[in-house]
Amino acid sequence: MAPLASIFAVEERGAIVLRAEGSWLVAAAEQIDSRLRALRLPEGKQVRFDLAGVDRLDTAGAWLVLRTEQALTARGNEVAVTGVRASFAPLIAQLRAHGAVSPRPHPIPPHHTFIGFLARLGEVTALVLHRGYTMLGFGGLVFATIARLPLRPGRLRLTAAVVQMEQTGLDAMPIVGLLSFLIGVVMAYQGADQLRRFGAEIYTVNLLGIAVLRELGVLLAAIIIAGRSGSAFTAQIGTMQINQEIDALHTLGLDPIEVLVLPRLFGLVVTLPLLVFYADAMGLLGGCLMTWGILGINVPTFLDQLRGAITQGTLWIGVIKAPFFAAIIAMVGCHEGFNVTGSADSVGRLTTQSVVESIFLVIVADAAFSILFSLLHV
Amino acid sequence: MDDVREDIVIRVRGLVTRFGHQTVHDGLDLDVRRGEVMGVVGGSGTGKSVLLRAIVGLKRPDAGEIDVLGRNLWRQSEAEARELERRWGVLFQDGALFSSLTVMQNIEVPLREHCPMPAPLMDEIAACKIALVGLPEESGDKFPAQLSGGMRKRAGLARALALDPEILFLDEPTAGLDPIAATDFDRLIGDLKGSLGLTVFLVTHDLDTLYAICDRIAVLVGGRIRVGTLAQHLQDPDPWFQAYFHGPRARAALPPGIPLTPSSPPLADRPG
Repeated sequence: MAPLASIFAVEERGAIVLRAEGSWLVAAAEQIDSRLRALRLPEGKQVRFDLAGVDRLDTAGAWLVLRTEQALTARGNEVAVTGVRASFAPLIAQLRAHGAVSPRPHPIPPHHTFIGFLARLGEVTALVLHRGYTMLGFGGLVFATIARLPLRPGRLRLTAAVVQMEQTGLDAMPIVGLLSFLIGVVMAYQGADQLRRFGAEIYTVNLLGIAVLRELGVLLAAIIIAGRSGSAFTAQIGTMQINQEIDALHTLGLDPIEVLVLPRLFGLVVTLPLLVFYADAMGLLGGCLMTWGILGINVPTFLDQLRGAITQGTLWIGVIKAPFFAAIIAMVGCHEGFNVTGSADSVGRLTTQSVVESIFLVIVADAAFSILFSLLHV
Repeated sequence: MDDVREDIVIRVRGLVTRFGHQTVHDGLDLDVRRGEVMGVVGGSGTGKSVLLRAIVGLKRPDAGEIDVLGRNLWRQSEAEARELERRWGVLFQDGALFSSLTVMQNIEVPLREHCPMPAPLMDEIAACKIALVGLPEESGDKFPAQLSGGMRKRAGLARALALDPEILFLDEPTAGLDPIAATDFDRLIGDLKGSLGLTVFLVTHDLDTLYAICDRIAVLVGGRIRVGTLAQHLQDPDPWFQAYFHGPRARAALPPGIPLTPSSPPLADRPG
């Protein structure tokens, strides 16, 4: 496969002749390199490097010639490169002029040392704190913009907000509905399986009602929306950042918070509670069908039992959390979008980060709500 | 550099490319000879970059034949395609360096893929290319985002040259560079062409580049192409040619010694 290239060392009248032959091309570089390394280089001799037998030469080949020449010179030999064909001369000359350098050793990445590890740890900690700080600042900026809104209500871009509602709410209905339905099915199956041992399978309905309405519906919807819309916010705003569209907005006297963040924030705050209500309904439907299928609890019995298990408050406890989760998702998504700098690479990185961060914050907020509700005894 | 002494390295016949209902190339013919620098110019939207993409096989033509180095792009086996790909190098507009790799690693990608060799040797060859395109030694360990636009282009060129290709495709190599960097880049291409025996296919808007290094110029007008030397294009009575080659920018870029007026007679029989 590789073209033939070779090198021989012969002794001629006290001088050493290195005779190169064949195609000194990059495809043969490995072969030539290993032969050159196998040669025992002389010291303090006259050496002639004869290239007359070389019929093809490229940069890699020329580099190997020059490297050998350098190595020979370094050992105190007197080296002459001869027999260079006219067509190869410019390449060798150019390489000699600026190409003939051995690569510098790769620097050891700093995080491979203990001090580097500590430094990295400190950096990451500082970064996390700084991110919290900027997030807080961004939140303040957005709330200040909202607070100014009543003075000039025309500043809220309703059309843009409605478009966001369609994209984040209406378009998410199939996936949110299907997943909630399936979670309802799974919950009912697992619950029935456990409760049947105590002869309390009817309480599957209670389990379903409480779990879906209080926690699962809202968490599921929020997590799907964080993955679906939070990431989209970051990617959209990040791409605009790279295209300098945000800068263009500034120079045109438009406030990016007003134009980009508020419609997304309002859109999501309005639609997420609606999605949660829909997710609750679909979850209960899935659970209802499953209990009917495996426990033979028919729909009227299911509804009766459900009525006893939950109150209107149970529904509201779930739905009330939705606007807060929506605000977290929208703010994190937009904030990370504005953080994009430089390359397209950072859009991807920050989009991932935005999803992870918003899901994390949603679950933390959910835990906080649980504590709050338990303190309030609801 | 090759045993096969074919004269024409790129042969395009009857190329048609369409985007939806819009026809970009309408039966375009083009020959690029071995060892020449072919500059491709044309107004915005005339399909210069599309032509380049078609020739390197990134865009399948709607009709027509494209032969590169005697091989038909769309009638060859996978192995032949790989073999062909190592015989050309492409420099995209902004370098198209892999952003997660250092410059050195970028250059080593084609080496690793096509000519497996020990890591120290690969580093040596990559360092050689870095020096050859005039980048400082330490830029090898930098990431593309840490480089300026001009340096990214040089790094992209180093990657395109990694396997010592026979044909070099350049898409607007000097766009976005300052005049000094652009002039340096032109000189670099000229030098490399001389020492490596390259055939260069160059899409450009830069009149200085056109005058400084191109042997022939292909002008895309109305879906067709007209190829000629600069002197021939200067004579062309077509209004677009007049506007392009005789506009104020063209006058400023024109090297001394070439008369400007299209009517000056000695030019007509000047050899290309």
